[in-house]
Amino acid sequence: MRHVLTTFCLGAAVVFTSGAARANDELIKLQQDPKQWVMPTGNYANQRYSQLKQITADNVGKLQVAWTFSTGVLRGHEGGPLIVGNVMYVHTPFPNNVYALDLNADGKILWKYEPKQDPNVIPVMCCDTVNRGPSYADGKIFLHQADTTLVALDAKTGKVVWEVKNGDPAKGETGTSSPMVFKDKVVVGISGGEFGVRGSVTAYNLKDGKRVWRGYSMGPDSDTLTDPQKTTNLGKPVGPNSGTNTWQGEQWKIGGGTTWGWYSYDPELNLMYYGSGNPSTWNPKQRPGDNRWSMTIWARDVDTGQARWVYQMTPHDEWDYDGVNEMILADQQIGGQNRKTLVHFDRNGLGYTLDRTNGELLVAQKYDPAVNWTSGVDMDKNSPTYGRPKVLDQYSTDKQGEDVNTKNICPAALGTKDEQPAAYSPETGLFYVPTNHVCMDYEPFRVRYTAGQPYVGATLSMYPPQGEQHMGNFIAWDAKTGKIVWSNKEQFSVWSGALATAGGVVFYGTLEGYLKAVDAKTGKELYKFKTPSGIIGNVTTYENNGRQYIAILSGVGGWAGIGLAAGLTDPTAGLGAVGGYAGLRNYTSLGGTLTVFALPQ
Amino acid sequence: MRKSFVAAVILVALAGAAFADGSGDPTAVRSEDGKYYDKDGNPTYKVQADGTVDWYTYSGYRRYHSECHVCHGPDGEGSTYAPALKNSLNTMSYADFLGVVASGRKNVSASQESVMPALGDNPNVACYMDDLFVYLRARANDAVGRVRPAKREPKPEAFDKAEASCLGQ
Repeated sequence: MRHVLTTFCLGAAVVFTSGAARANDELIKLQQDPKQWVMPTGNYANQRYSQLKQITADNVGKLQVAWTFSTGVLRGHEGGPLIVGNVMYVHTPFPNNVYALDLNADGKILWKYEPKQDPNVIPVMCCDTVNRGPSYADGKIFLHQADTTLVALDAKTGKVVWEVKNGDPAKGETGTSSPMVFKDKVVVGISGGEFGVRGSVTAYNLKDGKRVWRGYSMGPDSDTLTDPQKTTNLGKPVGPNSGTNTWQGEQWKIGGGTTWGWYSYDPELNLMYYGSGNPSTWNPKQRPGDNRWSMTIWARDVDTGQARWVYQMTPHDEWDYDGVNEMILADQQIGGQNRKTLVHFDRNGLGYTLDRTNGELLVAQKYDPAVNWTSGVDMDKNSPTYGRPKVLDQYSTDKQGEDVNTKNICPAALGTKDEQPAAYSPETGLFYVPTNHVCMDYEPFRVRYTAGQPYVGATLSMYPPQGEQHMGNFIAWDAKTGKIVWSNKEQFSVWSGALATAGGVVFYGTLEGYLKAVDAKTGKELYKFKTPSGIIGNVTTYENNGRQYIAILSGVGGWAGIGLAAGLTDPTAGLGAVGGYAGLRNYTSLGGTLTVFALPQ
Repeated sequence: MRKSFVAAVILVALAGAAFADGSGDPTAVRSEDGKYYDKDGNPTYKVQADGTVDWYTYSGYRRYHSECHVCHGPDGEGSTYAPALKNSLNTMSYADFLGVVASGRKNVSASQESVMPALGDNPNVACYMDDLFVYLRARANDAVGRVRPAKREPKPEAFDKAEASCLGQ
């Protein structure tokens, strides 16, 4: 009860003090307009669902390319365009150009923003110079550049309104994630988990870029913005020093837990949700303890940054299973009860459903049957290991030890899913999840930390699960029960963000470069078109002058392009690998193109 | 690049002569404390008939797949992001290899900018330069395949000592 009262008072205080809540009201309205796509995640709930239904399961087979646009950059193109009114904003990987295209004039370029960045930031971006795209609010476009500059551009002219530096690339801190605007704040994370960067989330004032708060993933309570009593973990207070007392000495200072994924927001609860990444180094022996709060789902108060609740999915990570993937907010009936849930498909191969009001764990199940490092999560509330995954010794790189090659761990470090976001259709009640179906050998060994240098400490090699020939699946998931409803095999990992629509169609891209449309109910393939390069971008939809469009960025790269370009290592064959070990480079090449589809007129 | 590499292999095979990479003939002519050298004094690999590799090739495999593969792809095969080093070593000498790894390099064009970082200050790389070179040289000459070497010579005592002093442990 006291908890409820506190929440109420906080909420009331916000109404009176926050004059700039208008920007939030504007966005709350805009994100509900299916004709536009005003934030990288589609809406605050990160559902990537559109009410548009001109394109349906019946007619999607007639889809055609309406127009294309070359970004001029040949690198991994993650994310997707924004559509605000009649203008489309397209971003590129490093050097992080942004184009404003006039949708009423065949994509004429209204303005182009070309930041000048020191190219020395390139090699400290662990896995390609990707960027997941800008955000819009209050007449401004917010871009999080590779060198961690957060810049606000005038949406009409592209002129810089303000800019602020969020980190230091000389220490390996870089920017790849999308900023998000919650109320009167722009919230950004940071990349660099392979460089011993201590992850943090920072909120800047929408108007002038002034820093409001920063919450670290580990460190003293004043750094993590946790309250020993009020911040809870599985319903219990976290207690004092929770961000340092599971680390040896001062290892938390280079502890990782970076925050380069997606952010969702519940305006009613005034909470934002995101996940923290792997602890540094990849050698678990070198950092004994649970390494809190790496690998954690965070719920933070948007105004103060204070953590409401936390849940660590993979205590003491031994496989690089970053917890950064998107948190999808959906209201679902579970066990006959209406629940405000948060659904998360973690790199560790488990699909989680939690109560987002308090962090109660409702479901934790494998969303790829190949997942083998754990026998499951302890769901017994009275157990001392409640909420923890049971790790099998055979696949524990910590138990097996340094300089030992632990074999056949599934999933690989790529995770059963990486940053490529899933979609949720309130109509079918299903989640549509792009997945990796890849396993690995992992050998940890001792490394030394040098600021700004890679701090990895493990050797790994990857391959499809034993006896299988495909490296990806596109699945439909029931998060109420934790079960796969249907599953489509893909030759390569599916590294593209999905889109669900009211037309009963789900879209996604493939690493060979196909844009695919499938039936939301059955998964049946209804359409495919091969775009100029492999797809690691997210599918977007919008309406202009009465026509529904589907847009996708092509441009192979990212972790997928690095790991899969040459094909995976086949332990049983020499050169000339085939089937499941085939190289992506036999199917596609570098590119940077936006392809936009529509039905013929 | 790849074509000329294939052509070179065929030529060499036809001539029956020893294969030469960017550092000359990779044939090991002498060894010292478990480390092998070619006739020019460059470090090189040694693969026995049963597939047993020298320690440095094995160590290089491990270090490569920790420090290098996140850009250059598995097994020196290259990626969408960075070149295939197993090809690079066909034309790159030992001295050039050391120089580029220690000091980095930039290759900037209109459509993309490739930047190799300077790793000379990174003990996890700098202390294993020869290991990386020997492994990639073996890959360049197809002396080891796209696999983790199954059998290896024991870790030489000299390696342990050099490693400890280099890492400052």
